[in-house]
Amino acid sequence: MNHKRRKKKQKGAKMVVKVYGPDYASPKRVILCLIEKEIDYETVDVDLFKGEHMSPQYLKLQPFGVLPVIEDGDYKLYESRAIIRYYAEKYRSQGSELLGKTIEERGLIEQWLDVEAHIFQPPLYDLVVQLLINPKTGVASDPKRIQEDEEKLTKTLDVYEERLSVSKYLASDTFSLADLSHVPFSNYLMTTLKKEYLIRDRKNVSRWWDDISSRPSWKKVLELHPPVL
Amino acid sequence: MVVKVYGATYAACPLRVMTCLFELGFQFDLIKVDLQSGEQKQPQNLLRQPFGQVPSIEDGDFKLFESRAIIRYYAAKSASQGGTNLLGETLEERALVDQWMEVEVNNYNPLIYTMVLQLVVLPQQGQVGDMELVQDCKGKLEKVLDVYEERLSKSKYLGGERFTIADLTHLPNTRFLVEEGGMEDLIKRRKNLHNWWLDISSRPSWLKVMDLPK
Repeated sequence: MNHKRRKKKQKGAKMVVKVYGPDYASPKRVILCLIEKEIDYETVDVDLFKGEHMSPQYLKLQPFGVLPVIEDGDYKLYESRAIIRYYAEKYRSQGSELLGKTIEERGLIEQWLDVEAHIFQPPLYDLVVQLLINPKTGVASDPKRIQEDEEKLTKTLDVYEERLSVSKYLASDTFSLADLSHVPFSNYLMTTLKKEYLIRDRKNVSRWWDDISSRPSWKKVLELHPPVL
Repeated sequence: MVVKVYGATYAACPLRVMTCLFELGFQFDLIKVDLQSGEQKQPQNLLRQPFGQVPSIEDGDFKLFESRAIIRYYAAKSASQGGTNLLGETLEERALVDQWMEVEVNNYNPLIYTMVLQLVVLPQQGQVGDMELVQDCKGKLEKVLDVYEERLSKSKYLGGERFTIADLTHLPNTRFLVEEGGMEDLIKRRKNLHNWWLDISSRPSWLKVMDLPK
């Protein structure tokens, strides 16, 4: 694994949070949140195609062998959506407010975070595997599954279109962790998956995507950590 | 204010919510949605849950869906009112609770959901389940449960030394494994996992939910 230091506003000998696997989308979920919250970080490369996520070294940090994991001094945490909740809460007083103002607003943010994880992500993740990862590893892709994935995403995005016709962002009229969580994987739809029509054919989803993907934080993520897929 | 829970007593996600409400002492009414006839996909339910699923809740004017978002909401509400804290004490503890809730979503639930489909739902619809797929899931689950066993050798509960929603969220799927799934041996063979299961499944809130009429 390569330890790459990103020198950003070094404050003396202060320890910064280490994020593993910046090349890939789930770690980018974390990095995007850190940048929104103005938190310094450094990254450690993990090459999935070389199987570095299955090394004994990595498995000590993340026993399920998936990305990302963070190390913040002695504290370790994995699961990108747990990590972003942690930093959004810990650094509440700086950067963008991502968790809403009331318990009810937080409840709606959690609802849409869960929709992203349970409904939006699985078929999108499968498309990434089928169309972007399999070709690189010589595994045959399954056209039937690709079609099913797209059908699921279509149905889901119809619900999003309805929601975003009455709300500026998913949980409320303020950008939150729920919107942020969608950005890294949705980016594949607009780029290498070549399925931008799923977004563009829907007026409100398209408006929402343009908004959340043009935030300076996401532009910074793309600049510092260009996607490899 | 009595919370309205839309769902069924035989489905995992509503069970998760009802157990949590019992734990925290929030009164609720269960309004049954007939899953076997597909009522969850009917227009009336789609107004409450646009993806055609259960559960959803109505608490006065406040509406929410996604069972894990609902339990997080009530856990936060309870903690903020000085009631039972099922979230964890420190920020770091709460983040570990979140981590294990996400582990359940990404590594545990998908395997069990697939097995439920093959072993229960498809046969109910007169179709044959894919037993090879079930065996494949079982193999993957063995590896996942090894990680849980390791974790529970270091702490009494998943998030730390206290029972939290990270443990609670596992109740419905683990019940399936042990009962309809006929895979109790997966749990029994792992000492710490077994003790943890015996502990959490004997909590009054879970026993109360299991007692609800099907």
